[in-house]
Amino acid sequence: MPEMTLQPEKTATVVEPTVFELSSPGRTGITFPEPDVPFTDLPLDLLRSNLPLPELAEVDVIRHYLRLSKFNYSVDDGFYPLGSCTMKYNPKINEDTARLQGFAGAHPLQPIETVQGALALMYQLQEWLKEISGFTEVTLQPAAGAHGELTGVLIMRAYHQSRGDHKRVKMLIPDSAHGTNPASSGVTGLQVVQIPSDTRGNVDLAALKSACDDTVAGIMLTNPNTLGMFDENVVEVCRIVHACGGVVYGDGANLNALLGIVRPAELGIDLMHFNLHKTFSTPHGGGGPGSGPVGVAAHLADFLPAPLIGIVEEENEEEDIPPLYGFVTPAKSIGRMKAFHGHFGMHVRAFTYIAMHGAEGLRDISEYAVLNANYIQARIKDVYHVPYDRICMHEFVAEGQFEGSSVRALDIAKRLMDYRFHPPTNYFPLIVHEALMIEPTETENKGTLDAFADALIKIAEEAKTQPELVKSAPHTTPFGRMDEVKAARELVLCCWLPEDYGDE
Amino acid sequence: MTYIPHSPKERDAMLATIGVKSLADLFQAVPAEYRFPGLNIPPALTEMEAADELAGLADANSTAGDDLISFLGAGAYRHYIPAAVDHILQRGEFYTAYTPYQPEISQGTLQSIFEYQSLMANLTGMEVSNDSHYDGATAAAEAVNMAVANFRGKRGKIIVSPTVNPQYRATIRTYTRGMGLTLLGDDPNADLYAGPEALENLIDNDTALVIVQYPDFFGRLNDFTGFIAKVHEKGALVCVAVNPTALALFKTPGEMGADIVVGEGQPLGIPLSFGGPYLGFFTTRKQFVHKMSGRLVGETVDSRGQRAYVLTLTAREQHIKRERATSNICTNQGLMALGAAVYLSLLGKSGLRQVAELCYHKAHYAAEQIAKIPGFGTCFTEPFFHEFAMCGPAPVAEINAFLLEYGIIGGYDLGQDYPSLKDHMLIAVTEMNAKEEIDTLVEALREFAGEVDNA
Repeated sequence: MPEMTLQPEKTATVVEPTVFELSSPGRTGITFPEPDVPFTDLPLDLLRSNLPLPELAEVDVIRHYLRLSKFNYSVDDGFYPLGSCTMKYNPKINEDTARLQGFAGAHPLQPIETVQGALALMYQLQEWLKEISGFTEVTLQPAAGAHGELTGVLIMRAYHQSRGDHKRVKMLIPDSAHGTNPASSGVTGLQVVQIPSDTRGNVDLAALKSACDDTVAGIMLTNPNTLGMFDENVVEVCRIVHACGGVVYGDGANLNALLGIVRPAELGIDLMHFNLHKTFSTPHGGGGPGSGPVGVAAHLADFLPAPLIGIVEEENEEEDIPPLYGFVTPAKSIGRMKAFHGHFGMHVRAFTYIAMHGAEGLRDISEYAVLNANYIQARIKDVYHVPYDRICMHEFVAEGQFEGSSVRALDIAKRLMDYRFHPPTNYFPLIVHEALMIEPTETENKGTLDAFADALIKIAEEAKTQPELVKSAPHTTPFGRMDEVKAARELVLCCWLPEDYGDE
Repeated sequence: MTYIPHSPKERDAMLATIGVKSLADLFQAVPAEYRFPGLNIPPALTEMEAADELAGLADANSTAGDDLISFLGAGAYRHYIPAAVDHILQRGEFYTAYTPYQPEISQGTLQSIFEYQSLMANLTGMEVSNDSHYDGATAAAEAVNMAVANFRGKRGKIIVSPTVNPQYRATIRTYTRGMGLTLLGDDPNADLYAGPEALENLIDNDTALVIVQYPDFFGRLNDFTGFIAKVHEKGALVCVAVNPTALALFKTPGEMGADIVVGEGQPLGIPLSFGGPYLGFFTTRKQFVHKMSGRLVGETVDSRGQRAYVLTLTAREQHIKRERATSNICTNQGLMALGAAVYLSLLGKSGLRQVAELCYHKAHYAAEQIAKIPGFGTCFTEPFFHEFAMCGPAPVAEINAFLLEYGIIGGYDLGQDYPSLKDHMLIAVTEMNAKEEIDTLVEALREFAGEVDNA
C-alpha cells in the first residue's frame, strides 16, 4: 500500500462515520409537545452546563444504522453453526407477540389484578419448563445463562449452610464443561477443581471419585458436554457426587439435544439453568438479552430467588372465578438476583415457541438437531479429525489442522466467511487442539448442511494447495482481519463531538 | 407447527449417511429407563392459533396507554419511544446475530456498541462505558465487584445509602453472599430525611465503595460534590446510581467526582415490558478500565486500512480469566444497548432535554396540586426531578384501591420497604402524563380525602 505511513490511525479509511461525526448543530430527530402545565423554576445550582450529545435528523439515524446493519452476518442471513450457542431460526411471530401492548406496556409493579395475563403466562412457562426438565420448581428471574449459573451456585451454598455444613469450599468442574462455569463458582468464593475426561469424552470416574470428599459443594456438569457427547455414565456421576454430600448442577446450555429425550432431573441432576435464547428460540440480539431460568429439585426449592409466580387465590369453579396469580417468596430464599421478575419479553417469546411445538414438536426439535449434527460429522470426518468419534448429540468438535499445513482453526473459520457461512466456535473446548465446535441446529435443511460440509472439505484442500489464500481470509467480507493488539494498546473506547463542533 | 425443514426422504438419506436406521437410534447413550419420557404439554398450535392465544393473554392485562392512567415509577418509567427505534431493533441483521466474536462480519453490532459506549460516557460525564449489564440493579452489584477487585480484596466494607432503590440493595445483598464483605448503611429504619452526610461516620480506611443514588429513590436531587470529596479522603470509591433522563438537565456524577456511574437504561427507549429485558449501564474513569467487568468495544484498523471495532481487553473476562474473573457475565443486553443508542441519537441534545423538562414541569405541577388537598402533602423539601414522595391520610394500599376504580394506577407504596413511610406513596410523572391525567388524579385524591373526612 503506497499510502502507508507510521501513523496508520490517521489514515484509516472511515467506512461509516459515527453518530458523533454525523452530527450537525441544530438538527433533531424528534420534537416533543410544549408543556401543558405551568413552568416551575429549575434549581440553577444543580444544572449541567453542556449536554454533549449528537444532533441528527431521523433520516440520518435510519440510514446510519441501516448501513451498519448490513455489516453484520445473522441467522436471518444464513447458516450460523456456532457451537454451544444454538443459533437456530428465531420465528417472527415471537417478535410480534412480545410487542403486544398488553405485554410491552405493562409496568412491573402494577397491582397484580391488572396483570393477570402476564402472570398467567409466566406461571404456565414455569410449569412447562418443570415438565420438560423434571424439576419441582422453576424461577424465571435470571437474566442469562451465566446469571442462572450464579443463581444456582448461590442456592447450592445456601443449601449447605442451612444444614450447618460450612466445610464445603470446592466446586468440581469437568474439563468438558462450559466456559462460564469456573467464573460462576469463583465469584462466590468457591475453589475450582478440574476433573478430566476419559477417552470416550465422559467424565473420568476414577478422577471424580478421588476428588470427592466432604469439602465438595458440588459439581457443575454440562451434559451433553462441550464435546457434544452425552455422558454415558451420567447417572453414576450424580451418584458419586451425592454420596459425598455434593449437589449436582446441570449446565442447561445444551438442552436443545434433550427435549422429550430425557428429563435432566431424572438422571440425578439437582438443579439446572435453561437458556431461553438457545433452546427456546429467543433471539441473541447481537449479545443479549438472554434469559436463564433455573429449575431445582424439591430439597432446593426453598432457596430459590424471590419472587416466584404462584397461585395466590385458588380457582373457584362453582362461581366461575379463575385463579389469581401473584408473587410468592420461598421460605429460605437467597434473595433477589435482579430488579423485577426477569426478562419477561423473552418469556413471551419462549411461551409462544413451546405452545406452537407441543410435546411432539419439542421432541422433533432435539431429534433433528442431533440428526443434523451427526450428518455434518459423517460428511467431514474423513477430512477433519474428530477426536471423540461416536454418535454425537446436537454438536460435535473437529480439529482444524492438517498434517503438513500451517493452516489453523482460526484460518478455517475466517475462510468459511468467504463461502458465506458463519464460522463454528473455535478454540473451545480447550481439551481439543485447534477445536472447531459445530452446532447446526434443527432449523437447517439438508441442502445447507451439504453446502457447508462441501465448503469445509474444499477449505481442507485449499489448506494444502493454497495455504496463503486460507491464512489471509476473509477476502469477500466488508472488513478484513483486525489489529487486535492496537485496540488493546491504544484503548480508544469512546468518541466525542469534535472540539470545533461550534454549538455553544 | 415446527421450523424443521426436512422432508422424510431427506431425513432417511441423512440417517443412511450416518449409518443408523432411525432418529431414535441416535440416542443410545441416554439410559434406556429414562429415554423418551413423553411430555405432558398441550398439542401444538398453528401460528394463527398461537397469535390468538397470546393476544388473549395480553388483553387480560390493563396498561397505561391502553385503558389506565399510571403514576408508577420506582425504577421503571413510561416514556415516549420514537417509532424509528423499534424499526432498527427489528432488523434481523441486528437481533438475530450472536455476540460479535467474529469482527469481520459483525461491524454493525461492534460500531453501534462503540457509539452506545460513547453516548453513555458523554451522558454521565465519565470517560469509559462498558457494553451493558443485565439491569440497573446488577450494574450496581458489579460496581461492588469492581471496587473489591480495585483494592485486591484488602478493603472489606461496602456502604449503601438507604435511599438507593430497594431492589438494587436487595440484589447487592444477594450478589455479595459468600464474599466476606460487610454491608453498612443499608438500613430501611435509618433517618430518611438526613442527607448523604449521615453516611460519613460509617466510612473508614477499610471502606472500598460507597453507593448513593441520584435522584435518590424518593426522587430527590443532592449535589454529592462535597460528600464525594470526603469519601475520597478515606481512599474509598464512590458509585452513583442515576436516572439517565435526569442527566439531560442536571449536573453529572462525573462533574461531582464520582468513580463509577451505574443505572437503569430502560427510560432510554426501552418498553416497560413487565420488568425486562432492560439495560444496566456502567461508566467509570479510564484508570479503572482493567478492573471493570463486562464487554468493551475498542477502535482499531483492519488489514485493509479501514477504521473498525473489536471486543477488547477480553483478558478481564470470564472465558479467559475463568475462576479468577471478577464477574461471570457473558451474554449481556446488546440489543437493548442498541435501542438506547438509537434513542439517544434521535433525541440528541435538544430532544432529551425537552423530555427531561416535560417530566420536571409535570411532576412539579402534580406535586403542587396534590399538596393543596387536605390531608395530603409532599414530605421532602429537597429539589426533585420527576418523582416525589406524597404522604396521605390513609394506608397507600387503600388509596391505590380507590384510584384503580377510577382507572388510575397510583404510586409505589413506600411502606413496603420503609416502615417509617407507611402512608407514603412515590409518584412518578413523565412526558406521557397529560395535564388532564394529573388533574384526574388530583380530583380522585380530593374525593378520597372527602370520604376519609366524612368517615
